[in-house]
Amino acid sequence: MLEPFFRWCESTALGRAVAESVWAFPVIEAVHLLGLCVLGGALLVVDLRLLGLGLTSQPVARLARNARPWLVGSLVLMAATGVPLFLSEAIRAYYNTSFWVKVCTLPVALTFTFLVRERVARRDADPPGATGRIVGAVSLALWLTVAAAGRWIGFS
Amino acid sequence: MIERFLGWLGETSWSVALLESLYVWPLVESTHVLTLGLFVGTTVMMDLRLTGTAFRNVPVTAFTGRLLPWTRIGFAVMAATGLLLFYSQPLRYYHNIFFRAKVVVLMLAGANAAIFHAGVHRSAGDWDEDATPPRSARIAGAVSLTAWAVVVIAGRLIAYNWFDCDLQPQPGWVNRLAGCGAGAAGAE
Repeated sequence: MLEPFFRWCESTALGRAVAESVWAFPVIEAVHLLGLCVLGGALLVVDLRLLGLGLTSQPVARLARNARPWLVGSLVLMAATGVPLFLSEAIRAYYNTSFWVKVCTLPVALTFTFLVRERVARRDADPPGATGRIVGAVSLALWLTVAAAGRWIGFS
Repeated sequence: MIERFLGWLGETSWSVALLESLYVWPLVESTHVLTLGLFVGTTVMMDLRLTGTAFRNVPVTAFTGRLLPWTRIGFAVMAATGLLLFYSQPLRYYHNIFFRAKVVVLMLAGANAAIFHAGVHRSAGDWDEDATPPRSARIAGAVSLTAWAVVVIAGRLIAYNWFDCDLQPQPGWVNRLAGCGAGAAGAE
């Protein structure tokens, strides 16, 4: 049902330009990875703290406030680089299980991060307690799934 | 000498098994990539603090004391998986210009970290809470950010064989940088 849409994606000017260039895909992919580094750091600083690890001397809310622009910025960078990568091989992605795992987990991770995790981090219970620990663990598990599925797109 | 050793290493049965395995190689490679989030991720956060870009109200020693153990764990995993990946195709990586660039910048990043810890970080107690750390700390943070970005980009490009020795003709400077010569003939 969605296949025609994926075919259209691959036929877009941007998708074709990336697919036809020797350098575009690898370079965009490398920048996508730089985004992953910043995203990982911005998530971990807060998630480790929620789990009672890492920067335990600091209030959760302070860390979350500081990390937020880097969290949002890295997500924007990953989306901006991820979309052209997808467009260049949309039909392959359509038949790729890892791609679907990633695309389905991503909105869950985003919703959880900005609706649930953000509220818990701002409430700044100290020590974070059971709720904080669960939220930190769920956040890490969700984003790890997105990242692992993303990497596996290239292998499957 | 090095080439003969790496050629032998790449023909050991475990190296061949690793390279040809359906799941082990991709799993090792995925672990290498995902650990970027832990290793480079926590490094970037620390560097943002050192450059006075972010976390300006968090003491520097909180990062170098409590976050650094996580950075070290990340580095250990990156190094272990990285060595395994190298072991799966030693001669090819040895002659890959992106691999060579990565190793050089990796050593620069290591030297920068060593200089920072042996130098300005020793007096961190004096500027721990300063929103903008001293100049040498800011430089260390900026060098670290740049070096690790180059390492990540070069690392990703190792996968591409554009400049491999067995793909000739290449410009002379490429062959020189890649060390392509008689001994590199078997590097594929």
